Amino acid sequence: MNRRALRRLVSNAMVGLMVVAVVVALLPLFFILLDLVVRGAGSLSADFFTKMPAPAGESGGGVAHAIVGTLIIVGTASLIGLPIGIAAGIYCAEYPGSRLTWVTRFVADVMNGTPSIVVGVFAWAWIVATQKHFSALAGSAALAMLMIPMVLRTTEEMIKLVPNSLREAALALGYPRWRTSLAVVVRTTLPGIVTGSLLAVARIAGETAPLLFTALGSQYMSLDINQPMAALPLTVFTYATGPYEEWHRYAWAAALVLILVVFVLSLGARLAIGRRFTLNG
Amino acid sequence: MTTSLASEPSTPPDVQESRSLELASYGDRVFRWLLTLGALFIPVLLGFLVYELWQGSRLAIGEFGLSFVTTSTWDPVAEEFGALPLIFGTLISATIALVIAVPLSLGVAIYLSEFAPKSVRQPVAFLISLLAAIPSVVYGLWGIFVLIPLLRTTAFPFLRDAFAFLPLFQGPIYGPSMFSAGIILAIMVMPYIMSVSREVLLAVPDSQREAALGLGATRWEAVITAVLPYARSGIAGAVILGLGRALGETMAVTMVIGNRHEIAASLFAPGYTMAAAIANEFSEAVGDMHLSALAYVAFLLFVVTVLVNAGARLLIWRVARGSGIGSKAL
Repeated sequence: MNRRALRRLVSNAMVGLMVVAVVVALLPLFFILLDLVVRGAGSLSADFFTKMPAPAGESGGGVAHAIVGTLIIVGTASLIGLPIGIAAGIYCAEYPGSRLTWVTRFVADVMNGTPSIVVGVFAWAWIVATQKHFSALAGSAALAMLMIPMVLRTTEEMIKLVPNSLREAALALGYPRWRTSLAVVVRTTLPGIVTGSLLAVARIAGETAPLLFTALGSQYMSLDINQPMAALPLTVFTYATGPYEEWHRYAWAAALVLILVVFVLSLGARLAIGRRFTLNG
Repeated sequence: MTTSLASEPSTPPDVQESRSLELASYGDRVFRWLLTLGALFIPVLLGFLVYELWQGSRLAIGEFGLSFVTTSTWDPVAEEFGALPLIFGTLISATIALVIAVPLSLGVAIYLSEFAPKSVRQPVAFLISLLAAIPSVVYGLWGIFVLIPLLRTTAFPFLRDAFAFLPLFQGPIYGPSMFSAGIILAIMVMPYIMSVSREVLLAVPDSQREAALGLGATRWEAVITAVLPYARSGIAGAVILGLGRALGETMAVTMVIGNRHEIAASLFAPGYTMAAAIANEFSEAVGDMHLSALAYVAFLLFVVTVLVNAGARLLIWRVARGSGIGSKAL
């Protein structure tokens, strides 16, 4: 009897330890968000979103150029990456027996584990070194490459959830395969594909490493995709490691904006799937 | 059909039929061809990446060969390059990260899959997945201004006093250091290890648990004796996946590790990692040899992460063949 009590005690103690682990694991999240709001919110103002940076060491100004730059760079990356990722995902799901499916899936997994800085070096060697100048386009190419495997995987997983009977019904009614794929299979999974795409956009929106020596960053408003361009993550990095107190405040504010964008995108993705997509059960 | 027959008596129905079939098969071919193009693009792109990295590092490979990984001079002026301190720093910071993150994330994963009340599971898993959504550069910012000052005034002096006999915890405390980088990395890889091992644990059949409980085991004993052994290789895969993340993580590490090409015994000393060196020096590198040496570092980093991730994947597949575990967390 005594032994049994001891065993039960050990069991309960372990569960207690695990609850402690949960608390410890969640503490950083809590503190990071808290610090971002406490230190960043004070610097957010209309100027922050609409003005250009003030000369180094002076106060005032904003990060309008970086916000515009991030929109352009991430938008271009999505234009390149999403169609390729979705097409490849549909291919892998619709032709599961093909050898190309196996190769593509495997390579996508390899690409997914590749550090983003390595992808940055690749984009540099491919575009910057041949053009002989830094450009936002090279940054977009690097980000697109990072999002392709993510989009591919979610698209494939989502399409695999579509019951075969749906396909068979469409084919039996005389639909050709391509119309079955597009009008029945892809349409059924559209919310899932949108979710995957939004999550991928959220992931690359905060990427800094691949932009360091492609888009490079800039102190000016630039709309030319062939020139260096500022981006929010680069601004956070430059301002955080810079010497001025004022810069540090702006780094916190820019980080707060960045994380709001990322969280809104991820939450939106989850809502999109939660409301309409019921195949998941 | 009947109206069309009436208006165009010259086209018999079977010809119409075959024409629409032809059209369908044409559409099928175009459709498949477009998708194939997308799918083909990915292996071609990776092949191109490997080629460009090799091309970029050829100069350095020719000059230093394999001694690149065993020497520790890094002198851009004299064009002497050795990556040993970078490799050392990468391995040590990743090790610290795993030592901290593995017990924590396994604790959370086991709790969520085996013990937690239903109402707690989803919210906690969601909150931890938010940790994975925070951009690396934000971790770096937080590390510089919050974590490092905190560690420098509390944990570091405590460790130095308590474990003064260990060379690991001796020497001056700067703040930016190998240890700070390890802790930041631990926070960053924890969500990945947690979510993959949780999925692995959920894939363990309930009959395992029921058998152990039926024999009179407590719930913890059931986990230890029946669930964990079954999930062993999958959990190992999750940990190795976390290792792959830690090896390639760039921005946060660059911002807190101190960036010094040195091998120091003390964890309080600044260090450097492969990824951080590329991030810091690439855009300012002068001279082809410096660039090539950095490309060589990137090439090595790529090879190592590919091997690590392939190993992780094999281990996870052994537990849950084809269930796609980990593909989303990756």
